[in-house]
Amino acid sequence: MTESPASLLLVLAVLLPFTGVIIGLLLGGRHVRTVALTTVALGLAVIIGIVWHALDTSTAMEYVLGGWSPPLGIRLRADGLSVLMLLAVAVVISLVSVYAHADFAPHDSGKETRAPPVFWLMLLAIWGSLNLVFVSGDLFTLYVALELLTFAGVPLVALDGRGETLRAALRYLLFALLGSLLYLLGAVLLYGAYGTLDIQLLAQMVRPEALSWAALALMTVGLLAKTALFPLHIWLPPAHAGAPAAASALLSALVVKGSWFLVLRLWLDVMPNVVTLSAAQLLAALGAVAIIVGNIVALGQVRLKLLIAYSTVAQIGYLFLMFPLVFGLAFAGLDSTQAVAGGMLQTISHALAKAAMFLAAGLIYLTLGHDRISDLRGVAQALPMTVTAFALAGASLIGLPPSGGFLAKWLLLSAALESGQWWWGAVMLLGGLLTSVYVFIIVVRSLAPAEAGWMPKTCVPQYQQMAVLALALSAFLLGLAALSPVDLVQLGRTPLSLLRGTP
Amino acid sequence: MTPSLALNLALALLLLGMAGWAVLVRSTQAAVIGFMVYGLLLTLAWARLDGLDVALTEAAIGGGLTGFLLLGAAVRLRSVEHRAMLQAPGLATRILAALAAGSITLLLAFAVLTLPSPAPSLAPAVAENIAMTQVGNPITAVLLAFRALDTLLEALVLVLAMIGIWSLADDRVWGGRPGFAIAHDASGILHYAARILVPIGVVIGGYIFWIGADDPGGKFQGATLLAAMWLLLVLAGLRDAPRVSSQTLRLWVVLGPLVFIGVGGLGSWVAGSFLGYPQGYAKLMIVAVELALLPSLTLILGLLIMGAPKREIGR
Amino acid sequence: MNTAMLFGLCASMLIGLGLYGLLTHPHPLRKILALNVIGSGIFLLFGAVALRGAAAGMNADPVPQALLITGIVVAFSASALAVALLLRLFEVTGDVSLANDDPATHKDTSKDRPHD
Repeated sequence: MTESPASLLLVLAVLLPFTGVIIGLLLGGRHVRTVALTTVALGLAVIIGIVWHALDTSTAMEYVLGGWSPPLGIRLRADGLSVLMLLAVAVVISLVSVYAHADFAPHDSGKETRAPPVFWLMLLAIWGSLNLVFVSGDLFTLYVALELLTFAGVPLVALDGRGETLRAALRYLLFALLGSLLYLLGAVLLYGAYGTLDIQLLAQMVRPEALSWAALALMTVGLLAKTALFPLHIWLPPAHAGAPAAASALLSALVVKGSWFLVLRLWLDVMPNVVTLSAAQLLAALGAVAIIVGNIVALGQVRLKLLIAYSTVAQIGYLFLMFPLVFGLAFAGLDSTQAVAGGMLQTISHALAKAAMFLAAGLIYLTLGHDRISDLRGVAQALPMTVTAFALAGASLIGLPPSGGFLAKWLLLSAALESGQWWWGAVMLLGGLLTSVYVFIIVVRSLAPAEAGWMPKTCVPQYQQMAVLALALSAFLLGLAALSPVDLVQLGRTPLSLLRGTP
Repeated sequence: MTPSLALNLALALLLLGMAGWAVLVRSTQAAVIGFMVYGLLLTLAWARLDGLDVALTEAAIGGGLTGFLLLGAAVRLRSVEHRAMLQAPGLATRILAALAAGSITLLLAFAVLTLPSPAPSLAPAVAENIAMTQVGNPITAVLLAFRALDTLLEALVLVLAMIGIWSLADDRVWGGRPGFAIAHDASGILHYAARILVPIGVVIGGYIFWIGADDPGGKFQGATLLAAMWLLLVLAGLRDAPRVSSQTLRLWVVLGPLVFIGVGGLGSWVAGSFLGYPQGYAKLMIVAVELALLPSLTLILGLLIMGAPKREIGR
Repeated sequence: MNTAMLFGLCASMLIGLGLYGLLTHPHPLRKILALNVIGSGIFLLFGAVALRGAAAGMNADPVPQALLITGIVVAFSASALAVALLLRLFEVTGDVSLANDDPATHKDTSKDRPHD
């Protein structure tokens, strides 16, 4: 077995954050934050190395652990989809770390207090688990990755310690556990049928038969519960809105993307010949309901953080619109790359924009001492940069040019028209319209002048505002990726239409 | 009907009966006790399925530790049980739930009946490669060589769960001791039991650990027994639960995962692949990893049961 | 009917039973217990798959059996975390209900904490 030394970066992407967790736990006290920030810097370098290598060689990276090739052993593999997700998550993790620097500072006395170590250790754990989800090539390792992600997310949901956050955390945990068990059940059936858990090998072996269909259905339902797609979304808003801002950003921008990515992997790469167009339509129909319901409920919210959480419910819906578009094109023998690219862009721009929004809401809360939407007067005065960031992130959610959201919707819309499924395009436009209403309301209310003599409750440090703005700007300028000459999405992947042949 | 089939059938019916009891009975405590019996029956089922390693794990963790954990919680929550049950769903929900459960069962039964024959298996691949790992127990070879990454990640799962449980402490008692135990051992019976059982348990736990390389057994089963002995010592008041801020405790907790990652890294240096073992040294490195994991797993399993810190440092 | 098929069918019913318990019990502890029943059913099914894979002089396929050990440990950690969360919820609120609280009662009451 010869492993290219560069592929070792995949192992590092997974294990570096976890090594940070155990070293941080060991040193404890005042050192946890230092360990975490050092790990984030090193991890970012590793991810940049992976991206650079991918662009340089234009091939997928692969690493066989211990030299034991699958099906006996486990391999890590990063194709274009993995590389994009690795990069997006690394950017969000880094900027959230900058933002959280002071919020989760060690106690002056150097004595360990509760929240800071938990936040930093779980931030690293979320990162490691997500990277594992993106690069693991084995269904059982992916099960462990899903559980790791749950165990890293739950303490953040409950970090505040109030009863309602504990309740939200327990509900989240129960949903997530059922979800991963259903996923595991599907993996067990696949092993029983084909004798391997390696997704590359499975992709070549899976036959369109009842057993594969049952496995895919069980795994998908389980993953949808973890992703919070309508109607399995009820755990999400209280869980995401009750946490401290930096934790909400991690949960809403990143954690739900892990299980979504696995659905994508299973449908597009492992079992494309099991998928039927009507199953893909069903998935998108749930997404469409999520978009409409999520946005309408968001409009009725009184508190900013809950509004942003319901907006996540809606945005998750968009992530599932791509499935009938991709398969519609593939079944017609057409190139589905643009639809896949649209879905990926939608995920990434939502990750950046949603992180920016939750962090902005955190700063607004600090400044006003509350986050009631009806009374945002003076915010723009005190936090001009933050309101700008909120508006830019909102523009990306709505899909205004040149944002990432715009390009994503443009690609998906063209795919909808090309595959003759205009109704999904209509849902997207309606969703954008509803989103624009609440983004507009919030921006206009925060532009209102404060009462005379009003003083901000807390003065927010400049670097926190800059971290939020950086996230929002990345989301807003992501649309310029259309100008990039390289097509990262298809790197190391077989085009779907070739895989299936023309019907 | 052969005697073996009759035995299997009886076991399967008992399992279903006990699981039905655990799920449907009204009292939570009765349900948990039913679940513990169910765990014992499962251990028998694993023996019938030729999975002695799994049987040991199921007996120790699935039935034993989980049962103990649930029973403790059931006792603590007795006062609100009645209130919690008031929110029982109506008939419509029950029918829908039964339909959902029934269709899953049918789907799975169908899947079980259509599994291909001859069954695909990795047993030949394991048999072909086990010599290189120098261990005799194929399950140990899978856990610590072929799929060592899973085992490493599993150790990390345990660490995260432990941090998660600690994070549920009140701000004021962060770093203190779990509130577990200090039983009112008026009759001294726990004290007596601990004196007798702990030395025996430690010897058996060590033995199960040690033979794991070549026979059924291993670090998880051994660690669970050792953790149970530790819990008994704490319950009997012979030892106090540790402060979670203790640096020594944390060192022992992270030792296993840290050594595992270290050995993995060493593999990429000397064997050309992360978590690879150089020829001739596989067993040595596997034993090193297992030895380092044993104390970490013992402590973490015990701490998972003990729960969040409850008492301030110094008390 | 062979051993693997018998326990495979038994596992299917255990999973259904557990799912019914999970969906109908309002008490979180009963939900945790039901999840454990579902989990054990899945493990048993995997055990049946392992037994079917007996080959090369081994009585069962060792790969699924090894994965089962990992699975059992992961399931235990999940139960421990869930129970700890439940006990803490009880300690803080005096109740274990998972139902949505009335949004009006909880709004802004505890929100004036310095570090939110």
